[in-house]
Amino acid sequence: MAATDATREAVSVDLATVTVRALNQRLHDASAPGSFRVLNPGGQHSIAAGLDATHAVEIDGHVGYYCAGMNQHATVRIAGNCGVGVAENMMSGTVVVEGSASQSAAATARGGLLVVHGDASARCAISLKGADVVVRGSVGHMSAFMAQRGNLVVCGDAGDALGDSLYEARLYVRGSVAALGADCVEKEMLPEHIAQVRELLERSDIAGVLPEDFRRYGSARRLYNFHVDNLGSY
Amino acid sequence: MCGIAGLYSKTPAFQARLGSDLSAMLEQLAFRGPDSAGVAFYRDPAPFGSSKVSLFSDDPGYDWEGLHVELEVEFAEASEPSIRASHATFVIAADAGDAQSWLAVRHPELRLMSAGGTIEIYKEAGPPAAFVKRFALAEIAGTHALGHTRMATESRVTTQHSHPFSTGLDLCLVHNGSLSNHNRLRRVLMREGIQFQTDNDTEVAAGYLTWKLREGASLEQALESCMDDLDGFYTFAVGTADGFAVLRDPIACKPAVMAETDEWVAMASEYRAIAVLPGAPDATMWEPEPGHVYSWGHAVVA
Repeated sequence: MAATDATREAVSVDLATVTVRALNQRLHDASAPGSFRVLNPGGQHSIAAGLDATHAVEIDGHVGYYCAGMNQHATVRIAGNCGVGVAENMMSGTVVVEGSASQSAAATARGGLLVVHGDASARCAISLKGADVVVRGSVGHMSAFMAQRGNLVVCGDAGDALGDSLYEARLYVRGSVAALGADCVEKEMLPEHIAQVRELLERSDIAGVLPEDFRRYGSARRLYNFHVDNLGSY
Repeated sequence: MCGIAGLYSKTPAFQARLGSDLSAMLEQLAFRGPDSAGVAFYRDPAPFGSSKVSLFSDDPGYDWEGLHVELEVEFAEASEPSIRASHATFVIAADAGDAQSWLAVRHPELRLMSAGGTIEIYKEAGPPAAFVKRFALAEIAGTHALGHTRMATESRVTTQHSHPFSTGLDLCLVHNGSLSNHNRLRRVLMREGIQFQTDNDTEVAAGYLTWKLREGASLEQALESCMDDLDGFYTFAVGTADGFAVLRDPIACKPAVMAETDEWVAMASEYRAIAVLPGAPDATMWEPEPGHVYSWGHAVVA
């Protein structure tokens, strides 16, 4: 779907006059995929949560908690910043944040792509279960904590305890890492990893960043099963 | 969950609308804290040599005029009471410490909410929207203000348990979060001579700051030592005569967002409380980093 066409035909919903519940109900009830433009979001919570159709939703401004949570199939673009938990538990589709995201972006997300063009704060991609998360800026502490599957690409820096208690998610960081969490180690960037970062950056419309500049981090797999020698690391 | 708001005027024109804008912020934060609400306004400095006190009485028919007469007899000069609902503010021609001591001895039935040169604290149990109306906050002008909406977690819902808590002259604290070592810390502070009115955890944090400042720490040092001595979750906002300071616990359990325009600096638990301010969509916005002291004002954190 061409973005320009989608914008031209978009149905406008003004949250200064319509409740978030009414907006979401309309998005859930729409019988055919459509384009929607949400005006005056004003930091309200749960905007465009629970979508299950190939809608294109553009939000003009800053949103509160859990925006585009549980998303399936839809493309949600936020022209502003996000509160806690944007795209939490996303299943598929694409969520793009033009500003910065607060804590727990893409928490437990199983599929789809979250792109944050600014920074994401603490616990980005916490417990990630298969989605792709691309952050143009930096991420805060405890990012990818217990992440199980999927990819986190950070073009800036990562805060303390990156990838603590990590399972099989892949973490790519271009800048510095304040500290790695328990059982998270640096791993070699093989050609397949460079190709994966390139593909994710392209899908995220992020130019001017070289995939070769990233380092890869993953699980050392020492904490998978309880062992008394590791007691201090659990 | 609780809601915090801080608002600082950068222009004289904005000072005039401080009360109405802070009221709008509190109403947005009511869902985070429906139990009670409170504010600290910094405004109308008392003349040199005088001090300002705000007092609370749970008696709706309290004789504030009578108290005014007594204050004039004792201190030669005292302003007419500025009465807002259950609270009254006086400017007294005396050192704040002397005024406080006299009030504590002669009027133990009153609660001292704040003392200093510019601070006025008003707080009350009940829904924030009703509080804003009852105290006519929208008409109050000032240089800066803090506000709080409370969802009680560990102690009762009363006026005294509401925020802000005074932490010394022209200082106050609002808190979103909960502290787990407040009982032990309260006993330590009581041995140091710090007095408490309630069993509330935030009052212990306020008493802790009072103690640290009394022992010679700067406000920044006092806030930084919170990270060593307080166990729990917190976003703190501390009001000072010149501005305010913000600290989030290093784990960052509790939210905060800050924004700035040419007219104002604001902090709030959530953006929706900032969205109601003029020019908010174009404000510079950021999330304060955990474990880092932020401050606004002139040499507030020296």
